[in-house]
Amino acid sequence: MPKKLSLIAGFMAMFRRDLLQYIKSPSQLLNPLIFFIMITAAFPFAVNAEKAQLVQIGPGIIWVMAILSYLLTLHHLYLDDAEDGCLDYIILSPQPLPLLVLAKICAHWISSGLPLIIISPIIGIIYQMQVDTILIMIATLFFGTFALSLVGSIGASLTISINNSNILVSLLVLPIMMPVLIFGARTIELYQSGATTMSGLYFIGAYCMFALSFSPFASAAALRIGAD
Amino acid sequence: MIPWLFISGLLLMVYGIINGLFYAPSDYQQGDAFRIIYVHVPAAYISMMAYSLMAFAAFIALIWRIKIAHAVIVSAAPLGAWFTFLALLTGSLWGRPMWGTWWEWGDPRLTSELLMLFLYLGYMALRASIPNITKADKLSAILILIGAINIPIIHYSVEWWTSLHQGSTLLKSGGPSIAAPMLYPLLASIIGLSLFFGSLLLIRTKAEVLKREKHSRWIKDMILGDEV
Repeated sequence: MPKKLSLIAGFMAMFRRDLLQYIKSPSQLLNPLIFFIMITAAFPFAVNAEKAQLVQIGPGIIWVMAILSYLLTLHHLYLDDAEDGCLDYIILSPQPLPLLVLAKICAHWISSGLPLIIISPIIGIIYQMQVDTILIMIATLFFGTFALSLVGSIGASLTISINNSNILVSLLVLPIMMPVLIFGARTIELYQSGATTMSGLYFIGAYCMFALSFSPFASAAALRIGAD
Repeated sequence: MIPWLFISGLLLMVYGIINGLFYAPSDYQQGDAFRIIYVHVPAAYISMMAYSLMAFAAFIALIWRIKIAHAVIVSAAPLGAWFTFLALLTGSLWGRPMWGTWWEWGDPRLTSELLMLFLYLGYMALRASIPNITKADKLSAILILIGAINIPIIHYSVEWWTSLHQGSTLLKSGGPSIAAPMLYPLLASIIGLSLFFGSLLLIRTKAEVLKREKHSRWIKDMILGDEV
């Protein structure tokens, strides 16, 4: 009789396997990042690049483009596994599916969200941000990208049985992500104008925790239905 | 049932709108322009009611697996989307003379209504792209529930966002002080439009059920019974 894995061991196995998969195909990770840098750098060319104006539009553009490039990575979350058949085994495994889903989400965040956060200071400098503003931006992106991974997981799992689902995922995820976008961008902006910012950060954190509580279950249910 | 709903809804609507448009006194601030309220408020109200109805049906459909609930959701979605669109359209027509602008990003009601339209559209896009009908039913029901959880969050986030904003530009509708001759037509048109919505919903649900059960026995009996 095979040895029964504990919950934590199951979580870690899934997490490690996904992380390895991401590391083995670096272009998958790098392309969205390059897209993010290029498109945020394109704005100062397109609009009149005066310093005051860049400071004004910077937070909004960074946030919108972060979400946009993040949406491009979402289909790796389940689609690759669905195509080669691994997903069926994941669903059939004795481990609880929401737990494995959570492991996949965490691996996705580490491989897509964390690099985005790491390069975001460069974009902040392009938009003439001060060092302390950049720190605030990193804080909002930290929670924001994790919330994006969680919510995006729902969108990605709802669409695994559809071909060319990339745009559809964006259509589903964007309205749900709007609160995070609003507060993420506004928090940076308010900080620049000297107001208090903690309330915005609290909100994003709360949204993140809330998404954490329902996203694994919703994604697991959607995966089960999609794999029928 | 359907003709009764339809006729009483139509009568109430006609009563409400005729009274509202011709007999109610004009507002001391807004003049005659406020009369669009008799279309705007019912449409906005129904757009929200339709979504809560869909969420309720999705809940029932997922938990008790009642097939007709799916048919109700499918039939309600385009109606809800249209009423949302109508509410936005009449709202901006109203906003033009009153606020001097078609659209005001600072107003939470406008923006959350717009996001609700996006949720409706996302739902319909997801449905349209899954060919298998039972799969489409279940997956889109999950999406509806997620959206329902998010509606309050979206609403409040937009509201708090503007209260974070220095409130000087926050526009208020000139607030027609609701006097009885204005109120009764408004109530009548709300109830009338709701009944109208209900009857359309029943017609569409009936058609949807017939379409889904087209191979089943009772429909054959029904149609042949009519002919014989």
